[in-house]
Amino acid sequence: MSSADEVSYLFAQRGWRSWFFTQDHKRIALLYLIVVSLMLMLAGTFALLIRIELLTPDKTIMEAVTYNRFFTLHGVGMVWMFMIPAIPSVFGNFLLPLMLGAHDVAFPRLNLASWYVYVAGATIVICAMIAGGTDTGWTFYTPYSTTTPREVIPVLFGIFVIGFSSIMTSLNFIVTTHTLRAEGMGWMRMPLFVWAIYGTSVIQVLATPILGITLVLVALESWLGTGIFDPARGGDPVLFQHLFWFYSHPAVYIMVLPGMGVVSELMPTLCHRPPSSYRSIVYSTFGISAVGFLAWGHHMFVSGMSPVNAAFFGLASMLVAIFTAIKIFSWVSTMVDGQITFNAPMVYLLGFIFLMVFGGMTGVALATVGLDPHWHDTYFVVAHFHFIMAGPVLLAFLAALHFWFPKMFGKRYSERLSLMGATITFFGFFATFTPQFLLGNMGMPRRYYSYPPKFQWLHVASTMGATVLAAGLLLTLGTLLYALVWGERAASNPWDSRGFEWDTATPPPEHNYEVIPHIDRGPYEAAESGGARVG
Amino acid sequence: MSTSTGEFFDNYMRRALFLPEQASTFAPAVDHLHYFVILTTFAGGAAVGLAALYFFIRYKKRAKSRPRNPKPLPLYIEAMFIGFPLSLFLLWFALGISLFQELTTAPDDAMQVYVTAKQWMWEFSYPEGPVSQGVLHVPVGRPVKLLMTSRDVIHSFYVPAFRTKRDVLPGRYTDLWFTAAAPGTYDVYCTQYCGTNHSYMRAQVVAMPQAEYDTWFRGQLRGLVRRDDASAPGSDGAGHSSTPLRDHGEAVAAAHGCFKCHSIDGTAHIGPTWLGMYGRHEVMSDGTKLVVDDPYMTESMMDPEAKIVAGYQPVMPSFQGKLTPFEVAALLEYIKSLDAPGLTARASPGPAYELR
Repeated sequence: MSSADEVSYLFAQRGWRSWFFTQDHKRIALLYLIVVSLMLMLAGTFALLIRIELLTPDKTIMEAVTYNRFFTLHGVGMVWMFMIPAIPSVFGNFLLPLMLGAHDVAFPRLNLASWYVYVAGATIVICAMIAGGTDTGWTFYTPYSTTTPREVIPVLFGIFVIGFSSIMTSLNFIVTTHTLRAEGMGWMRMPLFVWAIYGTSVIQVLATPILGITLVLVALESWLGTGIFDPARGGDPVLFQHLFWFYSHPAVYIMVLPGMGVVSELMPTLCHRPPSSYRSIVYSTFGISAVGFLAWGHHMFVSGMSPVNAAFFGLASMLVAIFTAIKIFSWVSTMVDGQITFNAPMVYLLGFIFLMVFGGMTGVALATVGLDPHWHDTYFVVAHFHFIMAGPVLLAFLAALHFWFPKMFGKRYSERLSLMGATITFFGFFATFTPQFLLGNMGMPRRYYSYPPKFQWLHVASTMGATVLAAGLLLTLGTLLYALVWGERAASNPWDSRGFEWDTATPPPEHNYEVIPHIDRGPYEAAESGGARVG
Repeated sequence: MSTSTGEFFDNYMRRALFLPEQASTFAPAVDHLHYFVILTTFAGGAAVGLAALYFFIRYKKRAKSRPRNPKPLPLYIEAMFIGFPLSLFLLWFALGISLFQELTTAPDDAMQVYVTAKQWMWEFSYPEGPVSQGVLHVPVGRPVKLLMTSRDVIHSFYVPAFRTKRDVLPGRYTDLWFTAAAPGTYDVYCTQYCGTNHSYMRAQVVAMPQAEYDTWFRGQLRGLVRRDDASAPGSDGAGHSSTPLRDHGEAVAAAHGCFKCHSIDGTAHIGPTWLGMYGRHEVMSDGTKLVVDDPYMTESMMDPEAKIVAGYQPVMPSFQGKLTPFEVAALLEYIKSLDAPGLTARASPGPAYELR
């Protein structure tokens, strides 16, 4: 084992070129990890600034225009630069070939290219937003986005570029899953995380072009006055919303499905038993991927939609929620008869399930169309989508980061500090958004710079929660950075996992496996014969 | 449950959930569904949470834990995973869709007020002429239907105390209705992000008893007369008339040449006659049938060829961008005033050029 460091992918080659021109999926995953974490910090900082501004009913630290730019930065940064790429690009990249028993992804060069495209897109977006002062919110609703005096098109272009990165990565994952499974790994022997990444990739490839087309249409409208969305030229102002949500509703699943995959993977592992129902998780992933495309209209119940349309979209939304419910029941029932270990990843999993239950049920409440007119575009919706999407993605990302930290870096983090970090992060998140449900009930509209004083104390409570959340995240960051440099060497299979990714050395060598393994068991079953497994 | 217990429960839940007062006739129904949905959410969430907590403690790995023999779930449990939430959600859905139907369907006898939204203010025009900015006066106990449009970007009209909202779109008319249940002043918020001062785009609904409302309204009309004396009649530059909307509509129709094709006395002409048009059942050139209402008339002004009454030629020009929202409202009021129940009862006789 003493020579493990020399053969691991981290040290197999040295020098900056060996990182910036690497075609190793594991190194590309780490490149993504760095940028994605920076984006989380950037967009998180803007969230904190928004929360500070909302401490008082009128101006606290910034003007209205600045506030509008900041919530746009927060939304665009979190959605396209953190949540969409976070889990697939980092953990999908790192784990897919390891879990499938492959040397690398199908197209290693394309994989590296997609990182550069992503970095280029993110750079364009950040520069464009700071220089152009985009103030449309992340939804870019027309005709505001085509008539605002602030620059919008450069940001749209940046997002357009990031979209190509998503499509390239997704294509790579789809082809890898189809062609590079080790001998013996049938579809129903694939780890559940692989299923989630596969489902996500299919949605990405199908939905992202719609976003690209929509953004191009907005740009054409601004430049050439095509009049597609402008009623003064015979266009339809609501058409943009249909196109935007036809992408952005599936995009919710693009963000949250990989997180669900992390939970589906870690729950059996940390309970030391196979999942209670492998097929439920797999089929519900199919269900979400398919029905997720039919629910977009629930973002538009008050746009003048007829009751017939509203009924269709309401029903479709409930159907999607069923698949999420199936997953939640499967995760919880996986605990039965297990040998549950308590550690930071487990705290993140329990937090994930908690947020998903309440985020999911408040989502179905919103899709109960008669209730939507009161809640629509209020803080209730803000709290709901942070509970169902933002929180779970963040917690799943951190769960994955802790769980696979030894695999990625060969180091152990401090369990005590990470447990504290996980607990503080969860309660900070809970304390930030629970008051926002109540604000929404009271009628507080979203994207409000100034508000009537009756809302103030709940805003103060929410900001206090956000401060705790930030403290938890900083503690976690410090713990992991400390472990990276001074952490103890990790055992080769510290979680006593049966996952295929632990069948190779920790951290893995440059090409993962000397010999492609032959898979003769399900992903969560114990090896039939002892001794075949490392560690 | 006795009434007082019901009231106590209603009050308790409303306060526990931080909901504002119930100031519209449908607000209690919205709140009752809200209570039901939230209580079942808490029950379901607590069930899942407690189960997870119990399993976590019961099956936590301990030094003396013996290996267990976990089995995959039997099919009937998996079926319950689907069946339980599905039946609950379908129940919510059935209750919710009928409520939505009620929230979006104004009664026929509703009084109408035209609402124009622009960055960043609300303007309310009454058919009889008064125009008010930022404050909407309505009588208590009478259904009010707002016909809303925007002069620039999308806005949304939201009254938390009424539990309803609707987007306000440029180039299109949406409607929102309510019946104020109690006198009072209620906040109106714009809830569709519309730019820098979005959060200052607020207004108020003042609901007053019918008698008080009538007094207020007469005062408004008197004010109009005085203003007429002070300045030249007609437009105030922003397109606002100080005469009743209907009369203004007649002037708009004359100015834009509507009468070249539309008669107002029932005689056949190039376009359908306006006499008795509102509420008429017409057959379209593609065979579909519709009732002439505000959305259809607005659409025909902006996009005349979208739906042509059978027998007529698609010759009408679009007035998109040529009519202000206020002028559109005035035209609609004018057309509605050309009431002829006998003509409304049957479809248009066809254009003049087909009568030989």
